[in-house]
Amino acid sequence: MTKRQLLMKRYIFPVALALSLLVGSISVQASEEGGLPAAGTNVHDQASLQRGAKLYFNYCVGCHSLKYMRYERIAADLGLSEQEVMQNLNFTGAKFGEPVISHMPEASAAAWFGKAPPDLSLEVRAKGADWVNAYLNSFYLDPSRPVGWNNTVFPNASMPFPLWELQGLQTAEMKPAKPGEDAQVEKLVLSHPGKLTPAQFQQATRDLTSFLEYASEPAALERHAYGVWVLLFLAFFTLLAYMLKKEYWKDVH
Amino acid sequence: MANVFTSIGDWVNERAPGMAPMYRAHMTEYYAPKNFNLWYYFGSLALLVLINQIVTGIFLTMNYNPSAAGAFNSVEYIMRDVEWGWLIRYMHSTGASLFFVVVFLHMFRGIMYGSYKKPRELVWLLGMLIFLVLMAEAFMGYVLPWGNMSFWGAKVIISLFGTIPYIGDTLVEWIMGDFLPADATLNRFFALHVIALPIVLLLLVVLHIAALHEVGSNNPDGVEIKKGPKGNRWDALKPADGIPFHPYYTVKDLVGVGFFLMIAAFIIFFAPTFGGWFLEHDNFIPANNLATPSHIKPVWYFTPFYAIVRMIPSFLGSAVWGVLAMFGAIAVLFALPWFDRGKVKSIRYRGTGFKVGLGLFVLSFFALGAVGAGITAEVIPVWFGDVDVTFWENLFGRVMTLVYFGFFAFLWAYTYFGWEKTKPVPERVTTHD
Repeated sequence: MTKRQLLMKRYIFPVALALSLLVGSISVQASEEGGLPAAGTNVHDQASLQRGAKLYFNYCVGCHSLKYMRYERIAADLGLSEQEVMQNLNFTGAKFGEPVISHMPEASAAAWFGKAPPDLSLEVRAKGADWVNAYLNSFYLDPSRPVGWNNTVFPNASMPFPLWELQGLQTAEMKPAKPGEDAQVEKLVLSHPGKLTPAQFQQATRDLTSFLEYASEPAALERHAYGVWVLLFLAFFTLLAYMLKKEYWKDVH
Repeated sequence: MANVFTSIGDWVNERAPGMAPMYRAHMTEYYAPKNFNLWYYFGSLALLVLINQIVTGIFLTMNYNPSAAGAFNSVEYIMRDVEWGWLIRYMHSTGASLFFVVVFLHMFRGIMYGSYKKPRELVWLLGMLIFLVLMAEAFMGYVLPWGNMSFWGAKVIISLFGTIPYIGDTLVEWIMGDFLPADATLNRFFALHVIALPIVLLLLVVLHIAALHEVGSNNPDGVEIKKGPKGNRWDALKPADGIPFHPYYTVKDLVGVGFFLMIAAFIIFFAPTFGGWFLEHDNFIPANNLATPSHIKPVWYFTPFYAIVRMIPSFLGSAVWGVLAMFGAIAVLFALPWFDRGKVKSIRYRGTGFKVGLGLFVLSFFALGAVGAGITAEVIPVWFGDVDVTFWENLFGRVMTLVYFGFFAFLWAYTYFGWEKTKPVPERVTTHD
């Protein structure tokens, strides 16, 4: 064997191992998402984040806090002025530097819904953007539930669906039940149209999910931008280090 | 300027004449074999990650609040309000996982090239102690963010000690300082994670390197360069196949550092949770003793050992056997130099049995990792349809546990009874790249 072949042989195993590990972990990651449609969110799309924030503060903040997000930070990251945020998004009378806290009293909320509505600061990091987006698209009327709504992504969720006036009303078509089992939802149909077309509504939930994705990690906005420069620097550093090594090792035989 | 440095040097030298010789003995006059390959980067990389963990850890402690009420909030405070806090935290969390990546590769290198064999048993033992302390360090660090997986992970791992007969329950209470992981647990884990264990770790690393420099480094050919011909360009009495560690391997390791940092930076800036493997989804939910996560599992680097606990059934009215097997999985690694009686060190000149055995051992390690991480439970129904998942998972996991321990039994028999057909080991090291 030539030296080249010998080296090839020696490195094939570790390289193959590293690649198979990478592929393996990515494919497991893909299967973990459980076949939910991709949310298609993009936290770098500032217009989408602004629309999502508008939806959040009109439809969600009544019950759900974002206790780790400050109004000031939202303004800075979404390219909004203090005035815009305080007049259009802040309906609780909080100060500009304060976090987004819902006004709903926790004890009554627990009495009304069985469970106080959770804080959503980290919802996307805990559940994934695909899950949140699919959840927002999967509410249907179910008279058997206390608040009249059910959800196929999160069955028996205790949350009523505040976006119904946008999406319209969905009802479930059930599969025939197997003996001894409960009937399963076959598919959801839009029985009563809302203010938005289905395509517009999908875009709206995508915006809302994007905003929540941003809220769960505001640092994502900057880390991508820095990352490119750090990698470029490191590539240059590695090249210099390699040339230095070559130079020093010239006399090692 | 040069004069200032020289006179400072002279000043120190006059007062501590031993320091310059010590520097030479470990750097410029420490002769390492010239044929180190890719596998020899991971020792220096482990040191790099250790330093990263200490430095980023110091900055994290400045803003972290070690209390059950404040821990989770303080981590989010670091992520959002502390200047560069997100970077410091991601460097620390990514560093933790990459620490295990480089340590596993470093250990595999040692097994592959027989670096644990005489005269380097002490180096191996000290290294294994480092591994053990590192696992304790990582476990306690994982609890500190006080997410829901931190809480339940701590509960499950600590209750492993509860399987010990008679004293188990008391021991669990003593470790936690409460009946559940709580404030007391978090406080003591914080103390151990930031002070006690790092000090032990640093001491062990110094001893590991000191022990290595006593006997000299092994190499991919497993040739003892100290026993080979003498005389190189720098010293007529030193090994002909040795080159000074500094500058040759310091500049070479710098290339490894560059590549490694590119991988680390890619993860830190573009995939800090690494798809839920480095930072788990359930750990973005605050600790809640009333809401059990659907799958309690440790972080990826513990999954092979966790799988062994799960795979061993309880019998004779006790579940302690799984825990014993888990610690046994680490204990057999400690004893590796005494299982392996073979005189030939490097895989390049060892028998086929060793190569196949090592391959199966690595396979079992990954397979157990998959079982411990819950991958098999997910994959079996997808691949094989409507089957008894628990049965097949247990069967697979138990076979792989047998393979894991079987490697050590086989290695002993293979070398003790002289079944191994080795190839002739060359007099001198062969190639370098």
